Amino acid sequence: MEGSIALKPLVDVEDLTVRFVSREATAHAVNGVTLQVMPGEVLCILGESGSGKSVTLRALMRLLPPERTRIDGTIRVNGQDVLALDSRGLRDLRGGSVAMIFQEPMTALDPVYTIGAQIIETIRRHKGGTHAAARARALELLELVKIPSPERRLDSYPHELSGGLRQRAMIAMALSCGPRLLLADEPTTALDATVQIQVLVLLRRLQREMGMATIFVTHDLGVASEIADRIAVMYAGRIVEQGPVADVLRAPLHPYTQGLLSSTVHGQNRDQDITAIPGSPPDLRRLPPGCSFAPRCAHAMESCRSIVPEASYPAPGRMIRCLRHTPS
Amino acid sequence: MSTTMNDTAPHPDDLDPRDRGGPAQPLLIVNDLRKHFRVKTTDGKPAAVKAVDGVSFTVFKGETLGVVGESGCGKSTLARLLLHLIAPDAGSLIFDGDEVGSPDGISAADLRKQVQMVFQDSYSSLNPRMPVQDSVAFGPFVNGTKRTDSRRIARDLLTKVGLNPNLFGPRYPHELSGGQKQRVNIARALAISPRMVLLDEAVSALDKSVEAQVLNLLRALKASFNLTYLFISHDLNVVQYISDRVLVMYLGHIVELGPVDDIFSRPRHPYTRALLASRPSMDPARRIEEAPITGDPPSPIDPPSGCRFRTRCAHAEAVCAAAVPALGEWRDRSTHVAACHIEAPGSGHSLAPTQSQAA
Repeated sequence: MEGSIALKPLVDVEDLTVRFVSREATAHAVNGVTLQVMPGEVLCILGESGSGKSVTLRALMRLLPPERTRIDGTIRVNGQDVLALDSRGLRDLRGGSVAMIFQEPMTALDPVYTIGAQIIETIRRHKGGTHAAARARALELLELVKIPSPERRLDSYPHELSGGLRQRAMIAMALSCGPRLLLADEPTTALDATVQIQVLVLLRRLQREMGMATIFVTHDLGVASEIADRIAVMYAGRIVEQGPVADVLRAPLHPYTQGLLSSTVHGQNRDQDITAIPGSPPDLRRLPPGCSFAPRCAHAMESCRSIVPEASYPAPGRMIRCLRHTPS
Repeated sequence: MSTTMNDTAPHPDDLDPRDRGGPAQPLLIVNDLRKHFRVKTTDGKPAAVKAVDGVSFTVFKGETLGVVGESGCGKSTLARLLLHLIAPDAGSLIFDGDEVGSPDGISAADLRKQVQMVFQDSYSSLNPRMPVQDSVAFGPFVNGTKRTDSRRIARDLLTKVGLNPNLFGPRYPHELSGGQKQRVNIARALAISPRMVLLDEAVSALDKSVEAQVLNLLRALKASFNLTYLFISHDLNVVQYISDRVLVMYLGHIVELGPVDDIFSRPRHPYTRALLASRPSMDPARRIEEAPITGDPPSPIDPPSGCRFRTRCAHAEAVCAAAVPALGEWRDRSTHVAACHIEAPGSGHSLAPTQSQAA
């Protein structure tokens, strides 16, 4: 890492809020998220549907529809103030220093262009150079992500590839301009088990070799434990717990994280019920006052229903938002 | 259908009054079931997707049989064939001693009164224009139960799946969360008092915290209604938790079948081993450094000859391309069989036991 830059976070998000505004209602999707990612670090944002994990990720690249989205707070990526960028600046950012991979490669790739054409376009847009040089680079990239017979695949259309190969092709495209930050939105969720682990192992290797910081959004604890350096657990638009992956998984502090771990099926006694979290996540249009998890929490106190817990730091590198852990 | 939910929920030890074959008669015997879909390849040539290609197994009374496999292995086609939602090309189904669709047996319509299904997509499997209590009441009503009785059954069942009928009954599907909709689908499946429920990825679309609730519910319902489950899932952890026996499919074939603990602690087919080893470790200190197998499952159009797993198998030899390995004979609930030449004495595979060793 290059000296002084290595000490500064590559991603610095401060008090991010995202609201989706429509005539009928306002959905409070992200409610004060603060997070940092250091160069070369893998942060997993773990959460269930509607927790705001994907919205947070998309906000980093401003991929949310501007006409109905209200974003507040600050987002700095690679030294740039993302919320202040004009459309040209955004185009330079997207696919250049920051790249993204999605859950569904079939919808993320353009069906009417070959894999090669799409990678070549990305390379020439950001790095310039001749078509031939970009094609040679695209071929290298397909080899890098271990696509068999890459010359042939360069001229394939997305529908001609299997799910696993499409996901590899999308990773190749994302890596084509050597991003410093990779945003990954559930990239292995739609894959079969034997293919998912291949893609996870590949992503981990590429991330290490390229020294690329990664924010990996997932709902799957197993995936997080395979790839994360740190975990941020989101619930109803807030990060409720954050810390090194091993610490959070071995000794979760927040009742929601504890519930998520106990309700994830992995080798429990078959004669007993799984310890599930009762109820369901809140409606983002009508968030309860206080801690959003209080209505489902076995430890909720009276004050939990009125006071939004502040972040506290019980150990180095660990953060939790829970009144039971707030020093009084 | 004069019987209602309450008087057809016997104690598990009591014999179901509808039982015909006795406790030893398997609830469902599937014999050499086959379904090929005709398609055209990209260059316009006719081809066939061999979705289910000669599948035979048995579902015993009161058990949960888990079916695992990756996409394209035929597990969902299998579920639809079992209900005759799509007609099989060949093979037979024997439900509690009666052959389905044969003149001496029972019709597909009669089968569906005893076997119901819950699908993965909780929203698209409910009528969006019908309050959910009416969706649940519909089954009993079209089967001859009076409207008021059908509604009472529906309200009882909504209560049993954990939904307050006064609060949730009049709602439309879009007004419910995914977990609540799936509870409604389960209630609907139970409304005509089936003896068997096919659960096709029924919890896969749910969040983990909700999935756990629904799994607990399924277990409780199975005990109180004396049900038999066929539980299809791609999630091995869930299958391990809920199943008594497990059936592993790969490209339209059964590759392994046995009691859940045998399958998970002593898997015999290389594909089952790879599938189990592909599960994320849940421990950051013991990450998987290398993927157990490479590549994607091949297309079920024009699958590999012989053993269909041989293209991804580390132990593949000439015999694997030449001959389809047989699953072997199973006798009862404790039989553990695998369709692999390494398992078959004298198969010609270098790792197979010789005839004398086997004896």
